[in-house]
Amino acid sequence: MKDNKLVTTETSLAIKGLQLSFGAIQVLKDVNIEIGQGEFIVLLGGSGSGKSTILNCIAGLLDITDGQIFINGKNVTWKEPKDRGIGMVFQSYALYPQMSVRGNLAFGLKNARMPKDEIARRIKRAAEILQIEDYLDRKPAALSGGQRQRVAIGRALVRDVDVFLFDEPLSNLDAKLRAELRVEIKRLHDRLGNTMVYVTHDQIEAMTLADRIALLRHGVIQQFASPAEIYSKPVNIYVAGFIGSPSMNFINGQITGREFAFNAHKVNLAGYDGHLRDGPAILGVRPEHTGFRTDGPGIDATVEMQEHMGAESVLHLRLDGQRFTLRTPDDTHYPEGTRLRLTLDISRASLFDPQSELRL
Amino acid sequence: MARSNTQERPSRLFRNLSAKIAAVPMILTAMVVFVGFSVWTVVHSFTKSGLLPRLNFVGTLQYERLWNSDKWLISIQNLVIFGGCMLVLSFVIGFVLACLLDQKIRYEGVFRTILLYPFALSFVVTGVVWQWMLNPDFGVQSIVRGIGWESFAFDPLNNGKIVMFGVVIAALWQGSGFVMVLLLAGLRGIDDEIWKATRVDGVPAWKTYLFVIVPMLRPVFVTTLVIVTAGIVKVYDLVVAQTDGGPGIASEVPAKYVYDQMFLNQNLGQGFAASTMMLLTVAVIIIPWAYLEFGGKKRG
Amino acid sequence: MADIAFVIPRGAKPRRRISSRNVIIYGTLIVVALYYLLPLYVMVVTSLKGLPEVRMGNIFSPPVEITFEPWVKAWSQACTGLNCDGLKRGFWNSVRITVPSVFISILIASINGYALANWKFKGAEFFFAVLMIGAFIPYQVMIYPTVILLRELGLYGSLTGLVLVHTIFGMPILTLLFRNYFAALPDELFKAARVDGTGFWGIYFRIMLPLSVPICVVAVILQVTGIWNDFLFGVVFTKPEYYPMTVQLNNIVNTTTGVKEYNVNMAATILTGIVPLVIYFVSGRLFVRGIAAGAVKG
Repeated sequence: MKDNKLVTTETSLAIKGLQLSFGAIQVLKDVNIEIGQGEFIVLLGGSGSGKSTILNCIAGLLDITDGQIFINGKNVTWKEPKDRGIGMVFQSYALYPQMSVRGNLAFGLKNARMPKDEIARRIKRAAEILQIEDYLDRKPAALSGGQRQRVAIGRALVRDVDVFLFDEPLSNLDAKLRAELRVEIKRLHDRLGNTMVYVTHDQIEAMTLADRIALLRHGVIQQFASPAEIYSKPVNIYVAGFIGSPSMNFINGQITGREFAFNAHKVNLAGYDGHLRDGPAILGVRPEHTGFRTDGPGIDATVEMQEHMGAESVLHLRLDGQRFTLRTPDDTHYPEGTRLRLTLDISRASLFDPQSELRL
Repeated sequence: MARSNTQERPSRLFRNLSAKIAAVPMILTAMVVFVGFSVWTVVHSFTKSGLLPRLNFVGTLQYERLWNSDKWLISIQNLVIFGGCMLVLSFVIGFVLACLLDQKIRYEGVFRTILLYPFALSFVVTGVVWQWMLNPDFGVQSIVRGIGWESFAFDPLNNGKIVMFGVVIAALWQGSGFVMVLLLAGLRGIDDEIWKATRVDGVPAWKTYLFVIVPMLRPVFVTTLVIVTAGIVKVYDLVVAQTDGGPGIASEVPAKYVYDQMFLNQNLGQGFAASTMMLLTVAVIIIPWAYLEFGGKKRG
Repeated sequence: MADIAFVIPRGAKPRRRISSRNVIIYGTLIVVALYYLLPLYVMVVTSLKGLPEVRMGNIFSPPVEITFEPWVKAWSQACTGLNCDGLKRGFWNSVRITVPSVFISILIASINGYALANWKFKGAEFFFAVLMIGAFIPYQVMIYPTVILLRELGLYGSLTGLVLVHTIFGMPILTLLFRNYFAALPDELFKAARVDGTGFWGIYFRIMLPLSVPICVVAVILQVTGIWNDFLFGVVFTKPEYYPMTVQLNNIVNTTTGVKEYNVNMAATILTGIVPLVIYFVSGRLFVRGIAAGAVKG
């Protein structure tokens, strides 16, 4: 589980055996996460996966049913949110509308009875980092979406805490602004070096920001690993299908020795990164890991439709009556009915057990 | 994570303690006044309480007396007449006015303001004004006679047979604007695209109202119906101000019966029994509604 | 729901030209509007006539000789029982009842609504449901035990007692109003305030209350008109010297002794109705929002 890219000497945040139920409905089932100092962790999942719920539990905004939460070695399971050493940024920004930007930034510090000059110093620093000095005296209503989100980040920043929690902070912004702020959050993390826990349903945000991604489904962590590992070695079919766009192609077949047979085709599994065993299996191949040519050897497929995207294109194919997608930098137009020969890159493919759905 | 300074889970009782303390007035009101006092009254309706409430139980004696009392029977009869007329007429008038105001007309705000202003007034004011309007010597009757229709007779306030209609006229003047506003809010809540769809399909407006809009407004109708009905059962100030139950006892209503028994006749037991009957009436209306409204939400 | 809806009129097709359809619509509305205005007109006209003129003519005829004497008499000389100091005593009683009742009932209900919408403690929904059902219980059922309660507290017959009664019985509708309003505010605002280290009362006074000005205005309108217009509680829970204006008006008009002074009665009626009427005409849409609040589901 440990990522070897990052040398984590100290644990910043640990969740042990976290469970949460609302009545008979179990929302989180035995969640365990250990996060190193300065790590950027993304909780990724679809709606209802429990990702935001975990974040609210870390923040102390939800009373957990069982388990423990440690921040910097201290058990904070039953501490008030303000005493946990966290700052939080919300999707809807949650700025106090009646207060100026300055007032929003100062509110938490005033509650903590901090001296005035210290408050001013912290606001100044946060405003510089986030480049919001020019509108410190405006009300949130007079700001654009991007500016509001900077202020919201600033509110977490001034608290001078070790752990930042982000609850889908970019979901309310348009695509262009989202990409810009994504880069800025990354830069902020590089500069401050705080531990960050970031919730999103957007896999691009997850892949670009995270040191490690925890992919959730139905309140259970499916895989907790670096983006590269999640992409190349998904632990199960769900993770494999969730990450990547368009989704991975799955082909039912049979492994015999070092060969994968489906329908009339046989694929050599030499170079597969995993443990092969004989029997039924599902081969998962990403659209971008499939090569093709118009003649020569390979698996027969017919073009049904092509989506042109300028720099690349996606080919929707029929392979023995099944759908198969293929992504290629080649933007040549292939009319419907064109026959192609496919080659699958087995070294980057995954094989799954049909019963357990786990990767071999 | 070697250090394990395990914390005990704080007691459930003291979680959110401030919120619970803040809710004490609400909890007291709900449980002591609304539940406790109602139960107290129902229990005492089975006693012989006279000047003072006492727990000397006499079974259903108070109810037997109640249903043998002319005044109570007339009260119930009046409530049925008043309630029936009010429900039918206030909904017909309210709905027609709401539909008229919904025609994208000019000065809609002015019309709405005029049609609703009586609702801002006290029932006492309404009762007194209509007592004057229906005054047989100076009011509507004398004016119609003055025009030349000498035999015209409409003096509900002196004629026990029609006195309740006089009360209905006053109550409609005050209340139909309220029904109109609620139904209009319902009409405005209907998606504009429904109207576009019916126009594309060539359905005439009146048919759309009757067969498309009315069924869609069902929840608004039901809620308005419940509010209006609960108001009808409580009718008191209007009658006191307009007729004071007269002529004779011709316009008595249950709420007035309760007040008179409790505070004028020192016959508390009768008052409790009569008010329990009022509670029962409201319960018969509220319980099915609450079941539909809130029971249905869980299923959906 | 209601107030937004009134901003954008929708419905059937718009037409500008004079058609028979428009004649019917406007004609009906104008006739109905005149009918609704008639009692107000009659009140004003009658109150400006001398008593002989009232007895001579009909109620609709405008005054030949305008006199303000009935108004003066209604305000400072009209008799109820043995007191002959006019409606002004009732007016000031109503002010002394309404102002604290409105303030306290709104304060308590807004705290209730906030606790219900944001803190969701165990049992909260149950108590709220009881409160809502309680709103439909006829007051007559609870009135006598309330008398006993006030007597035990030593508040029976006092203005304080009546204020307490208005606070209790105004609670369901106001709590609903505030609960729905606070529930519609983004939940994240509340979470952010908690992370910023604010407690129950801090969030209420510094975040929620400043944000609830619009709904407070609606609540004030609802309560001022409701309490000013109350008759039953006034007559049951106070003694004659503290009777509110409505009770006094009823006693002036329906007194069985002496000559019926219709012009004075009408002046007194207008005086009693003027406070809620002014609030109604000034507040416009907010009044509608207040009364619709009871009908809009929570």
